[in-house]
Amino acid sequence: MTFNAGNYDIIVVGAGHAGIEAAVAAAKRGAKTLMLTLNIDMLAFMPCNPSIGGPAKGIVVREIDALGGVMGKVIDKASIQMRMLNTRKGPAVQALRAQADKTVYMQEMRKLVENQENLTLRQGMVDSLIMEDGVCKGVVTETEAEYRAEAVIITTGTFMRGKVLMGHLEYESGPNNQRVSVNLSENLEELGFNLKRFKTGTPPRVNSQTIDYSKTEIQPGDENPRNFSYETTTKIIDQLPCWLTHTNEFTHGIINNNLELSSMYSGVKRGTGARYCPSIEDKIVRFDDKPRHQIFLEPEGRNTEEVYVQGLSTSLPENIQYEMIKTIPGLEKAEIMRPGYAIEYDVVAPTQLWPTLETKSIPGLFTAGQINGTSGYEEAAGQGIMAGINAASKVLGKEPVILDRSQGYIGVLIDDLVTKGTNEPYRLLTSRAEYRLLLRHDNADMRLTEIGYEIGLISEERYNKLVEKKRLVEEEIKRLKKIIIKPEQANHLLETINSTALKDATNAYDLLKRPEVNYNFIDQMIESNEALDEEAREQVYIQVKYEGYIKKSNEQVERMMKMEDKKIPEDIDYDGINGLASEAKEKLKRIRPLSVGQASRISGVNPADVSILLVYIEQGNIARVAN
Amino acid sequence: MSTDTITAISTPVGEGAIAIVRLSGPDAITITNELFTGKDLHEAATHTINYGRIIDPETNDIADEVMVSVMRAPKTFTREDIVEINCHGGMVAVNKVLDIILSKGARLAEPGEFTKRAFLNGRIDLSQAEAVMDLIRAKTDKAMSVAVKQMDGRLSKLITELRQELLETVAHVEVNIDYPEYDDVEEMSHEMMRTKSREVHKRIKELLEVANQGKILREGIATAIIGRPNVGKSSLMNTLVQENKAIVTDIPGTTRDIIEEYVNVRGVPLRLVDTAGIRETEDIVEKIGVERSRQVLQESDLILFVLNFNEDLTEEDRKLFEAVQGLDYIVIVNKMDLEQKIDLEKVRELAGERPVITTSLLVEEGVEQLERSIASTFFEGEIDTGDMTYVSNIRHIQLLKQAKQALEDAMEGIELGMPLDIVQIDVTRTWELLGEIIGDTASDSLIDQLFSQFCLGK
Repeated sequence: MTFNAGNYDIIVVGAGHAGIEAAVAAAKRGAKTLMLTLNIDMLAFMPCNPSIGGPAKGIVVREIDALGGVMGKVIDKASIQMRMLNTRKGPAVQALRAQADKTVYMQEMRKLVENQENLTLRQGMVDSLIMEDGVCKGVVTETEAEYRAEAVIITTGTFMRGKVLMGHLEYESGPNNQRVSVNLSENLEELGFNLKRFKTGTPPRVNSQTIDYSKTEIQPGDENPRNFSYETTTKIIDQLPCWLTHTNEFTHGIINNNLELSSMYSGVKRGTGARYCPSIEDKIVRFDDKPRHQIFLEPEGRNTEEVYVQGLSTSLPENIQYEMIKTIPGLEKAEIMRPGYAIEYDVVAPTQLWPTLETKSIPGLFTAGQINGTSGYEEAAGQGIMAGINAASKVLGKEPVILDRSQGYIGVLIDDLVTKGTNEPYRLLTSRAEYRLLLRHDNADMRLTEIGYEIGLISEERYNKLVEKKRLVEEEIKRLKKIIIKPEQANHLLETINSTALKDATNAYDLLKRPEVNYNFIDQMIESNEALDEEAREQVYIQVKYEGYIKKSNEQVERMMKMEDKKIPEDIDYDGINGLASEAKEKLKRIRPLSVGQASRISGVNPADVSILLVYIEQGNIARVAN
Repeated sequence: MSTDTITAISTPVGEGAIAIVRLSGPDAITITNELFTGKDLHEAATHTINYGRIIDPETNDIADEVMVSVMRAPKTFTREDIVEINCHGGMVAVNKVLDIILSKGARLAEPGEFTKRAFLNGRIDLSQAEAVMDLIRAKTDKAMSVAVKQMDGRLSKLITELRQELLETVAHVEVNIDYPEYDDVEEMSHEMMRTKSREVHKRIKELLEVANQGKILREGIATAIIGRPNVGKSSLMNTLVQENKAIVTDIPGTTRDIIEEYVNVRGVPLRLVDTAGIRETEDIVEKIGVERSRQVLQESDLILFVLNFNEDLTEEDRKLFEAVQGLDYIVIVNKMDLEQKIDLEKVRELAGERPVITTSLLVEEGVEQLERSIASTFFEGEIDTGDMTYVSNIRHIQLLKQAKQALEDAMEGIELGMPLDIVQIDVTRTWELLGEIIGDTASDSLIDQLFSQFCLGK
């Protein structure tokens, strides 16, 4: 017999990176929220690499922060190293990456969750959904506790029918020997969801005291470390370095001799693996001409000796892992503390979701994170916050929030998932974004903080700061355009940087556009604007310097938006549209795109189908006007 | 209302005395007026037709003598401003005029787009909507199949190669961005990018030059003239070239070392293949060998097979008949001004359903018949397909031009010292535009390339 254990607006199943963002966002928006997890001690656990951020992913963390999420704030507190990547490249691809103290991350996150108003944290294994008239109305746990809610967000990561694989050993388990969730997976299948089997892996961890770092190359943090969150004001001190070493022919020999022992090659594994996180076996088979592969040694925290061996993800038997490790310079005497393993798990094919991350077949049910076929903490958190926001919108009777591909990497990620689906764990890459010049690390707040404020995730104070920043940027650009610079003022200085001399007077704005001219250079000849802080100044600089390219991107966005603005009516009957190709009909019926723009990105929907769809929709509009 | 102006050739190719280039959109009149000598079209009353010339602004040459109809919105087919330029028939003038208009900022219309605009602007009523959709479907599918079918295999191969080079370059930049610590690949430098861009740019430019000379635009019907020595092959060739203004003469082929000649026979563009061989030795088989001549025959869309009226059929003639079996050919029995020694009944029997024409090239008899026969071989009942052929070729050229421009933008960025990830935006655009030519727009290729070219991942 079940018992009623409480009524909520929203229930979040899972307390990983997606679950936390979802729960906190929903609670902040005023929804009474319950977060259920298998084990409270594992809240915000990082089962794989001890780092957050990197190209594209780091920008996602900034976007989460700009919307009012928590990942950025917490990693700022828990980081042991900060590094801005791609600093020698353009502003569009610069991205921050933090090495995390895993334990501190979990502690800080738990503190935050426990202190979040409207949010209840409880331990429990969810077995099934409560369904009423085809609508999801809550969950039932294995202890027969019944929780009722208007919306449920499932963020179970790699736990659903998880199976750990190492050599010929295989056992049902969540990551890191946690309990596996079996019943929920079966329940979703019964409810008609199409589940896929994915797999991923993690490398062994070794004891730092047994590493000979003198044989490796130091990878220190930045001299001037930055933060993820726009709200963090302190700077990390006392950073820990990472270390670089390489595999060699001996390592490869051992792997080649034991390939048949890898669960991957012995045919045990059925899940689809990620090209984005390949095992070392995989790398050696696919690139057999490479004499060595990079191995990064990353500390897992300040108060532990465990070191993550990045680059050595494997599902070979434990004894082979020992042999393999000893061939690597610096690790000859290294002791493995935990062996690496592969894990196979169920995912919900994400084309079954609306762009709000609500499932199409069951109103009130949302899914977010690795369960949707992604890989990475950041991708999970990005979906989590959007699922939380939209579940709250639904419950509170507000408008859904869907980011488009020009607003954020989060928009790109979710649009890719729900429109194209994925056949392997999905990783964000900068090349997935068409407008990456607009989706920068530096302007995440300019892009998204207003949205965060409108939906109640951003404080008045922070919003006012943004408004002020925008004002300063605009004024500075106007100011620069007004300041006239005469040849006699500039030419002797231009000569020092080999820049062409001025013939006629110009303004400071145009001078700043020159590739070889920077702000400090301009400051030599004009009065500097004291009101402008470092962040605003960076904005001005980027906007001036890349004006032409930004303009071009904006024009592309405008063209895209024309198609995005053509909404497809919900009750559209694709079978009744004359002239659509049958493949297009089938895909459109399945994906049910919200706009013609989204429809055009479905593979198998060709330009003629898009034209026909446009005419059909326009015909409906004409009919409506006529009536 | 639409914001851009579209244009297309709206008459079918063939023997028509005139061909019409139509423009629709807000700039239709302005664009035409800029190219038009004659009355100021802005002053012209609506629904009038005006005499003048279309001038190529680049060369100041006269492209064609034309009549221009000006029809102002809203009482037009699309309810937008429409201009119709009546050019001389055939393919040359009309293509030239279209090309000039495109260079002035009009966009090549999509299949069925005039009708679509008419519909969207409320010109066509609801009951016709389905027909509009059918039309779009039919025209688009046809354009695509024709575009793919008609595209020269060599062009397609060349574009695929260029794209692969660009893709590798882009993947290289991407790997530097997404995996900045990956040390297996040299960091892409501005110099490497400059070299690669210049290389690809040069090849796109060459392609465009060839296209402008008529190779792609007027791809033409590959035509081989065969026959024994002294039957009159070169006379036939000269007749075709003289009778019909040669579009281009003696362009050394850039992708293979033969000479081709273009003639326009009643609107049918013929590409006379291996004419050099005919001229020099009078014998294609002798010149290039049996194997090669078979290949030439197989690659030809049309074979003009010349026999001598004044000689009986020889063993060689019979062999040639065998060689052309199953191909499109026309038998020309030349030298009818001389005494008949050939058995015409036998010739007709061997030719089966293929046409047999008797001529005297010397006294120019039978030439008209031959030309009519050539035209009807290609345009009977297939006019629409022919129409699509050159439209899609113009599309190719437009895309090539855009690709060249995108690559020039990239090169400018390199010279300005822009970061490579920004330069790469334009390189990727070039790659996409080239992809549109061969109908490959799959966006996942880059990621596939990235992970097959480099060993990545934690």
